[in-house]
Amino acid sequence: MINTLFKQNEEFFMDPQRCIGCHACEMACAECETNGQTPMIHVDYVDRAETVQTSVQVCMHCVDPTCAKVCPADAITKDEFGVVHTAKTDRCIACANCVLACPFGVPKRIETTQIMMKCNLCYDRTSAGKRPMCTTVCPSGALFYGTREKMRELRPNSTPVNHFQFGGKTVKTKVNIMMPAGSTKLVVD
Amino acid sequence: MATIPASLEQLIAEFGPHKNYPPPEGFPGRNEPDEVVSTHCCFCGMQCGIKLLVKDNRVVGFEPWEEFPYNQGRLCPKGVQRYLQNNHPDRLLHPIERVEGAGFRPVEWDAAMSRTVSEIQRIQAQYGPDAFAMLSGVSLTNEKSYLAGKFARVALKTRNLDYNGRLCMVSAGAGNKKAFGIDRTSNNYSDLAHAEVVMVCGSNVSETFPTLIHWIWQARDNGAKLIVVDPRLTPVARTADLHLPVMPGRDSALYGAILHQLVKHDWLDHDFLEHHTSGFEEAIEAVKDYDLDWAERTTGIPKQKIMLAAEWWGKAATSFLMHARGIEHHTKGVENVSSCINLVLATGRIGRPYCGYGTITGQGNGQGGREHGHKCDQLPGNRDIENPEHRKYISEVWGIDEKDLPGKGLTAYEIIQAIHRGEIKGLLSICFNPLVSLPNSNYVREALEKLEFYVAIDFFLSETARHADIVLAGSLQEEEEGTVTTAEGRVVRIRRAVTPPGEAWADTDILLDLARRLGAGRHFDFTDSEQIFDELRVASKGGAADYFGITYEKIEKNMGVFWPCPSLDHPGTPRLWEDKKFRTSDGRAHFVPVPYREPGEITDAEFPVILTTGRVVSQYLSGTQTRRIGKLVDQYPEPLLEIHPVLAAKYGITNREIVRVVSRRAVAEFPAQIVATIREDTVFVPYHWAGAQSINQLTSGYLDPVSKIPEFKVSAVRLEPTGRKAPPPGLDPLQVTGGSPAHPSPQPPQPHAFGGPAK
Repeated sequence: MINTLFKQNEEFFMDPQRCIGCHACEMACAECETNGQTPMIHVDYVDRAETVQTSVQVCMHCVDPTCAKVCPADAITKDEFGVVHTAKTDRCIACANCVLACPFGVPKRIETTQIMMKCNLCYDRTSAGKRPMCTTVCPSGALFYGTREKMRELRPNSTPVNHFQFGGKTVKTKVNIMMPAGSTKLVVD
Repeated sequence: MATIPASLEQLIAEFGPHKNYPPPEGFPGRNEPDEVVSTHCCFCGMQCGIKLLVKDNRVVGFEPWEEFPYNQGRLCPKGVQRYLQNNHPDRLLHPIERVEGAGFRPVEWDAAMSRTVSEIQRIQAQYGPDAFAMLSGVSLTNEKSYLAGKFARVALKTRNLDYNGRLCMVSAGAGNKKAFGIDRTSNNYSDLAHAEVVMVCGSNVSETFPTLIHWIWQARDNGAKLIVVDPRLTPVARTADLHLPVMPGRDSALYGAILHQLVKHDWLDHDFLEHHTSGFEEAIEAVKDYDLDWAERTTGIPKQKIMLAAEWWGKAATSFLMHARGIEHHTKGVENVSSCINLVLATGRIGRPYCGYGTITGQGNGQGGREHGHKCDQLPGNRDIENPEHRKYISEVWGIDEKDLPGKGLTAYEIIQAIHRGEIKGLLSICFNPLVSLPNSNYVREALEKLEFYVAIDFFLSETARHADIVLAGSLQEEEEGTVTTAEGRVVRIRRAVTPPGEAWADTDILLDLARRLGAGRHFDFTDSEQIFDELRVASKGGAADYFGITYEKIEKNMGVFWPCPSLDHPGTPRLWEDKKFRTSDGRAHFVPVPYREPGEITDAEFPVILTTGRVVSQYLSGTQTRRIGKLVDQYPEPLLEIHPVLAAKYGITNREIVRVVSRRAVAEFPAQIVATIREDTVFVPYHWAGAQSINQLTSGYLDPVSKIPEFKVSAVRLEPTGRKAPPPGLDPLQVTGGSPAHPSPQPPQPHAFGGPAK
C-alpha cells in the first residue's frame, strides 16, 4: 500500500471554535463513492437552545488505536503513515466493539449494510498527494490540512494539541486540535 | 384569471419540488468524466470557483477548484450540492402551456413563441407598450442581464423592466452612488487580512456567505477585533469580540451614535475630511443629540457596548466595514447604508491597503447584474436612463433612435402594485420567483391572478411560474457561456459544462428568438455569448461601471479582472479610491446626513413583537433550486420560528409547539424553536419557503423611498400558541447507530447578554 505521493509532512488540524455549523464537510465527505453517501465526519450543535456553537468530529487516527485493538476480526488496521483505516468489508462482523470503545465516538455501524464505517483520511486523495475532501471545502478553517509550519504561521494565537486526557488515560492522535497558544493537552474529563 | 390551472397537489406531483439525491455509489461516470469544467457556483455573490464533472452531457459531480484565488477550493453545503440541480427530475424539458383545470401540457416551441408574441402585441396594442412588463433577476450572467435590458427596451419596447436586485442590495447601490458616485464594493477581500477592526453590519456571513468567513478569520488571526451587529447571535456573531444585538429597524440610530462619539473624542481624519469629502458638518449636525443614553434607549444595545464599538472603530489605524441585507432591507435602507459610510469617511479609512468598505452582494451576479441595464432606471455601464447624454450614447450603440428608447419605469414591487391596480396586463419573467421572495405574498398572488397573459422563462416550475400561461423551458447557469461579477467586483467566467436537456433552450436563445419575432431581429444579431459581452464592453465604455478593457481571454488568463477596467492594457482595479478621485460631481466623497426615524411598522399593543426574516445556510433565496436538492432540504427541512425563552415563557410557548403568527397582512403557523440566541423582543423566520410556509405572507410592502427596497427585516406581529406540537422533523434516512456525542469542545462558548426591549 506504499504510495510515495502521501505527504508525510502534512497533518490534519481541527479548530472547533471556528466551526460555523454549515455541514459542507459532511456533504462533501458523503460524495465519496466508498462512503455510499454516508458522511464520515459529523457536525452537531453543542446545545442549540443556548448557543449556535457547533462541534465537528472526525476520526482522530490514534497512534495506538483502541478500535483496532478491540476488533475481534482484525478488520481495522493502521498503516505506515499512521492512517487508521476503516474496517475491511470482508472481515467486519458489525459487532460494534469499535463503536463502543472509541474514546471520540467516531465509528458508526451502518445498519443497512451491517458494516462499520469511519474516516480513512480520504486515503484515495491523500495517497495521491491531495488534501482530504473535508479540509479542502471547509469554508471557515475549522478543518485544515497542511504542514505544522504553515499552521504556526496562519494561527499565531493557537497551538496544535494531540494529547487527550480521559481520566487517567492519555490518548495520542495523528489528528490535532487547535487550542489557545501554550496548551499541551486537552483534558476531556 | 391566472389562478393555478390545477390543484396544488397535482402541480407538485408533476413538477415538484422533489428532492434529488445522488445514488449511493454516485452518478455513473463520475470517476471517468468526459470533461472537468472549471467554473463558478450558481448561488451567492461570492461566486466560488468549482469544477464540475461531466459525463455524457450530464453534470455528475464536483471537485474543489483549489487554484481559484478567492475560495481556494472552499465551498459551503450549497456549493457542494449545487451539481444536483442539473440532471434533476423536475427539470422542464420543453415549453408548456396552461390548460384550465388540468395543469400544463407540452407545446411546440413555435406555437409557444407565436402565442407569446401575439399576446404581447395584443396587450400592447390595446393598453399601450408599458402595459407589458418584464421582471428579471441577477442570478443571470452579465451577458443575459445586458440582453434583458436591451430586449425590454428595444424589442418589447416597455419602460416597465425591473429586476430582483430590487429586493437584494439596491439600498447599498443607492447609498454608494450618493457617497462615491460608483456602486461597487471598494475593496477586494484580501484587504481584510490586516484590518485592525472588522465591522460586520447586518450580515449573517456564516450562513449567507460562508466562504467569506475564511477572510474574516484571517484578519482575526492577525489580531483584528471583530464587531458584529445583528439582532441574533449568528455563528459569526458567536465568535465576535463584540456583538451588538440591535433592535430590528434601529440601525441608523446605532451608526449615528457612533459618529457622535467619533466627533466627541476627535477620532477623525481631519486631513481626509478637509481635502476629500463634503457634507461633514451637515452629517454631524444630524447626530448631535445622539448621545449614548439615547442610543441605548433607541437601539436596545447597552451603551457600554456602543461606546466600545466607537472606541475600537475610532482608534483603529486600519479597518473594514461590510454590510448586507440586515441594514438594507428597510424603509430606511439607503439611510442605514449612508450612516455606515459616514463612519468610514469620518475616519478616512478608504482607498488604502487594509482600509475597506463595501456591501456583500447577495445574489450570484448581484454586482454585475446591477450594472448592465435591466433595472428600471438604468442603462448599461450603470448609466442613467434619464440622462440625455447617456441615452444618446446607448441609442447609438444599439442603433436605435433615442426617441424610441423608453424612459424610467416602475420598480419591481411597484410593477406588482401596478398589475394589482390593473394598469399592467402582461408579464414576462425570467430568474425571479416573486411569489416567494416579495413581501405580502397573498397580495402578490392576487396581482398574478389579474394578469391577462403571463409568460415565464424558467428551468423549474417555480411557485410564480405556476400562474403562467406559457412557461418557456430555459437554462441553468452551467448551460451557457458567460461572465458574472462577484461581490468583490471581480469579473469571472462562467462555463457551459453541458447543453440544455431535452427540448429546453438556452435563455439567450429564447430572448433572441422573441426579439426576432417582435421585429427587432437586426438589433439582436448575436451568435455567441462573447459577442454579447463585446457589445456590453462598448456599451459600458466611459460609464460608471466600465468593462471596456475586459475580454474573455483576459479573464481566463488572470482568473478574473476587477472593473473599472477602461482599456485593454488596464490591469483592472481591485481597490477603488487609491487616487481619492471620487466619481461625484465635485470629486469628493459625500457625507449624507442621517437623522433617525422609525421603521415603517412599529410594535403596539395589538402587534407587540418584532418579526425579522433571513436565510439559513442550506437554502438559497426563494428555494426554486435548493428546495429541490435532497440533502439541503434535510439539513433544515422546514421554517422555524426562533424565539427567546423569555418571550416564549410570556406566551407559554413550548419547543416545537406550533405558533400562529399574525401580522396586519396575514396569519401563518410555524413550529417554535426556543433559543437564547435572539433578542427577547424579536422573532425570526427564514423566508425560503412557499405557500403556507412562507413568512413573506406576513411581511409588509413598505418601501424605501429612494431604493424602493421592501422592509423585509421589520414587521409587527402577534404570537398565538396553538397547544399543538409539530411532528418531528425528517428522520435520519441513513439509519446509523453508535457514535457518542462526546465531542471535545476545548473552548466552551461564553454566555452573551442580550438587550431587552427598549423602553
